[in-house]
Amino acid sequence: MNRITHILRDQKLGSALGMLVLVVLWSMPTLGLLITSLRPSSVAEISPWWEALFNPLSTVWTLDAYQNSLDSGMLASLINTIAVTVPATILPLMIAANAAYAFTFLNFKGKEFFFAMLVALMVIPLQSSLIPVLRGMVAFQKAFHIPLTGTYASAWVVHSAFAMPLAIYIFRNYMMTLPKELIEAARVDGASNYQIFWQLILPMSVPALASFAIFQFLWVWNDYLIAFVFVGEQKAVMTYRLLRLLGQYGQGWRDVAAGSFISLIIPLLVFFGLQRYFVRGLLAGSVKG
Amino acid sequence: MSDILFGLVAIVIGVAASYGLYWLLNFIISLLPERVRLKSDWLSFLTPAAVLVIMVLVAPLFQTVVWSFMDDGAKEWVGLKNYVDLFTDIRFLQILLNNFLWVLVVPAVTVAFGTASAALSNQVGPRLESIFKSLIFMPMAISFVAASTIWSYFYAYVAPGRPEVGLLNAVVKTLGLQTQPWLMMDQGRLNSFLLMAVIVWLQVGYSMVVISSAIKAVPEETIEAAQLDGASPWQVFFNIILPQVWGTVMSVFVTVLILVMKIFDIVLAMTRGNFNTSVLAFEWYKQFFENSNIGPASAVVTILVILIMPLMWLQIQTARHQEALR
Repeated sequence: MNRITHILRDQKLGSALGMLVLVVLWSMPTLGLLITSLRPSSVAEISPWWEALFNPLSTVWTLDAYQNSLDSGMLASLINTIAVTVPATILPLMIAANAAYAFTFLNFKGKEFFFAMLVALMVIPLQSSLIPVLRGMVAFQKAFHIPLTGTYASAWVVHSAFAMPLAIYIFRNYMMTLPKELIEAARVDGASNYQIFWQLILPMSVPALASFAIFQFLWVWNDYLIAFVFVGEQKAVMTYRLLRLLGQYGQGWRDVAAGSFISLIIPLLVFFGLQRYFVRGLLAGSVKG
Repeated sequence: MSDILFGLVAIVIGVAASYGLYWLLNFIISLLPERVRLKSDWLSFLTPAAVLVIMVLVAPLFQTVVWSFMDDGAKEWVGLKNYVDLFTDIRFLQILLNNFLWVLVVPAVTVAFGTASAALSNQVGPRLESIFKSLIFMPMAISFVAASTIWSYFYAYVAPGRPEVGLLNAVVKTLGLQTQPWLMMDQGRLNSFLLMAVIVWLQVGYSMVVISSAIKAVPEETIEAAQLDGASPWQVFFNIILPQVWGTVMSVFVTVLILVMKIFDIVLAMTRGNFNTSVLAFEWYKQFFENSNIGPASAVVTILVILIMPLMWLQIQTARHQEALR
């Protein structure tokens, strides 16, 4: 007993043990679903996944469930998700960077007040404006016969709008750290604000743009609500299809599992590949909900 | 294939159009006489963002508040009826209680786990630390819907006699206890707590990363001085490190608190608000998308906005604080 307490006192070992416990706890649920998605359907429903974990060599592993899932609509949904996500990441980036330039380097009446309003808006739940936006789009559609709901574009607009407060906030915080003398010098040389923004500020802001882009990408990719309301059934994104699968009883865990992991591959690649930028963004306050 | 092509074209056109828009705005401004131009330059930078925010965020927010005083179809004024109906409905009071429990439990637990894992990872050397952090952090890349499938499977219940697939019930069985349909059990709000575990699982990584960077910024001398005085690792942590990172811990707490107040997807995906697990944001969804009741749905979300208002003030304070640091 004395020895055990002595070992636990050893900071490094004790910490490593504590970490190990946490990591096991944290990975268990994901591991279970991952293993299930890789087993043949004949055994996945009758034998628990941990049996495969303990005898990995005598287990049959297969990618059937992934093939099935892709063939039964997941591939189309993957494309829909990409078509929603990429513009919904780039557009707010451009719009917010422009606005942040005005908030950082230009003077206008009520600047501080508007900025405080923007920060306050970061807290507002998106549910509070979805119904009026949806009804507005439907009314517009009826009046002008231009389809809005059920298109990618409506999701781009709504995602861009909801990204504004956070994006402007992050970009402004970053732009404030850029050397003011440089901008002054460019002004003296006769550059217009338009030129200063595109040629000087935007290239210098790449780190902030990158960390916000990763954040927005993950957010849009993983979003369910906006995709459900504005894109819906016709161009079902992956979260939409997964939720339908999960709601159907008797669907079998294996298909849901494979679908989940197909939806996870790209965000996980982005996440692990660009983790450093993502963390930098988090530290700059990029969290929304 | 045509979908991919269409998507690519849409992406290019969308980006080009937004660049064109700024070029056009700048062009219009540049036509103005010099004196006006210098004073109105900011308009060409701010207008698109302002239009988006006003049309998609601000104006609809006011519209929602107005609709909360109207009937199901948003046609007739009904005064305070929606609010009276909600607050006299025992089901809605249960929902408020659920939201309250979420707010009470999740931010505190998340921050506690986050602080603990940040402190642990700080002690084991850079290599183990980065592996450990990545694994704890990974759920941040996972959608609420995918997280729900992962955890529904973890909580899965099968009829007695069939082999278990859910890990929780397998553990329960090994301990010689009765397996349970966990997500249906609302005794003591057990199922709500099980849903909360999912959010804790998703958010601890974030909390760990932010708090860990604060811990790394704690001056080495203060820790060494305490160690020389013979303080134990626990004493060093609680008396030296924790007080210095407390501000960061609180800001993480507020961020998670805001997220939790709006909690929605997890409830939708895992229980559809059944078995007493509904929360405000889910009730909004149900009132509008299942019952098409615009008035009551707007009232529910207005209540949520009012409850969240005090946090706006906190958010502005945090922003000021961050700015002062620069």
